Amino acid sequence: MDLKDLYRDVIIDHNRNPRNFGKLDPADAHADGHNPLCGDQLTMYVNFDGDVVSEVKFEGTGCAISVASASLLTEAVRGKSKAQVHALFTEVHRLLTEQDAPVDPDTLGKLAALSGVREFPARVKCASLCWHTLNAAIERLAEPVTTE
Amino acid sequence: MNAASPASPDARIAATSFDVTAIRRDFPILHQQVHDQPLAYLDNAASSQRPQSVIDAISGYYSHDHSNIHRGVHTLSQRATDAYEGAREKVRSFINAADTKEIIFVRGTTEAVNLVAQSFVRPGLKAGDEILISALEHHANIVPWQLLCELTGAVLKVIPISTAGEVDFDAFRKLIGPRTKLLALAHVSNALGTIVPVQEFIAEARRHGVPVLLDGAQAVAHGAVDVQALNCDFYCFSSHKMLGPTGIGVLYGRRQLLDAMPPWQGGGDMILSVSFEKTTFNQLPYKFEAGTPHIAGGVGLGAAIDYLQAIGMQTIAAREQELLDYATAQLSEIPGLRIIGTAPHKAAVVSFVLDRIHPHDIGTILDTRGVAIRTGHHCAMPVMSFFKVPATARASLAFYNTFEEIDQLAGALRHAREVLL
Repeated sequence: MDLKDLYRDVIIDHNRNPRNFGKLDPADAHADGHNPLCGDQLTMYVNFDGDVVSEVKFEGTGCAISVASASLLTEAVRGKSKAQVHALFTEVHRLLTEQDAPVDPDTLGKLAALSGVREFPARVKCASLCWHTLNAAIERLAEPVTTE
Repeated sequence: MNAASPASPDARIAATSFDVTAIRRDFPILHQQVHDQPLAYLDNAASSQRPQSVIDAISGYYSHDHSNIHRGVHTLSQRATDAYEGAREKVRSFINAADTKEIIFVRGTTEAVNLVAQSFVRPGLKAGDEILISALEHHANIVPWQLLCELTGAVLKVIPISTAGEVDFDAFRKLIGPRTKLLALAHVSNALGTIVPVQEFIAEARRHGVPVLLDGAQAVAHGAVDVQALNCDFYCFSSHKMLGPTGIGVLYGRRQLLDAMPPWQGGGDMILSVSFEKTTFNQLPYKFEAGTPHIAGGVGLGAAIDYLQAIGMQTIAAREQELLDYATAQLSEIPGLRIIGTAPHKAAVVSFVLDRIHPHDIGTILDTRGVAIRTGHHCAMPVMSFFKVPATARASLAFYNTFEEIDQLAGALRHAREVLL
């Protein structure tokens, strides 16, 4: 097990300098996510232009994997339709949880840097929290999201 | 449990006389590689490891002596009963209770606290009554009381802690009063390691006629505990944090209180006679032990006590104090590391945060270096809130740990800084 598989340069960079960090006010939708296991807490904010995500930001605290994953997410979903975001979520989920899932750089882009997480099962929830939270925001669920 | 004497100027020399190599030979699990590194098991506050004698006692019991206990007339049932009741006597002696009837076997500390909550406190509790705990408590010594308060309208009062992690005695004296129905206090904090000077708190509670429960989960394996000297009413602890099996623990209760308490759970073993009109409950301690108990667990716990006593609780406390002093010194030299919990009297627990690195990342990186620590809120979320951290990393030491393992921890933490900063 190589630590560099988990903490790749892209992950380190996005943890040190998270993109689109902060509050979006006003926001068309937002949701809170919480991982009680490690205390990670984040809020995702989304604005839409019709069916398309026009702006997305996040704030909160968490480990390097959860912060980097949220930061990468904000770059990946902007300009995508709800259906496209949903499809991407499915791909990311496979990437994080299926040992032999192919890593398609065309679909995933920088998100492919998260492929090392599946070697560290205890950390999968760290990477997926932001996606579940975004999903909740898009569905406009008022309920807080938890990974448990 | 007393605070051990300060470490000698040359802790390493003193420790050499302890012969940790011989001790470690007794613990088979310690001799393994994790991610191609020698395992450094520094998560003893979560659960300790078992010496071969405990493993053998459990295996021997199942290989030769197992049957259900009590009421059996055949040989195996008698052997099993003798083994289980023999373990109860070992527990009594270990904590110097006056009577084996005061030793109730339960699943663990959590169940012990819940038993007292449901059977001792709940029956007389009214709206406006108060239960007093401290801000240091593990969730197991918070939530059972919250549940009672919700049911009855009683109020949970919390004694604040200082920035060093000490329970504020002056605040306690202002909080305790005629409405207080119970003081429930950790003997040693699991999240910070603070040794609470419980005797002072108990003496003050006595003046108010308030009964006292101590959560001894983190204390009992790390120094001598004498429930009569402490003068507490209830003392709760778990076997698995003191070299014994999981799934068994102990509630010590003062006999006259236990006698007056109604049974908590109903079933076999806790009755003398049953008809559909009336059931007569069994004597102590069986009144509180419904159903077939964890017999092998009791046997293993007895063997764990034998092992601890052969080393001696004073020796263990002194050894762990040396390890704590060394770990505190080594970790304090790491740039950006802040120790959370700096009470002058501590058990061998070092809780810390490291720069902006999240404890979860620290835990993963340390694991790749063979170092097992715990990261998170340690089931003490109010403690985390007080120190304004979402989580900490926690190294918790046992007498079988070595100075080299602490060096391995410090090296792995420096590596974590290189990886993430």
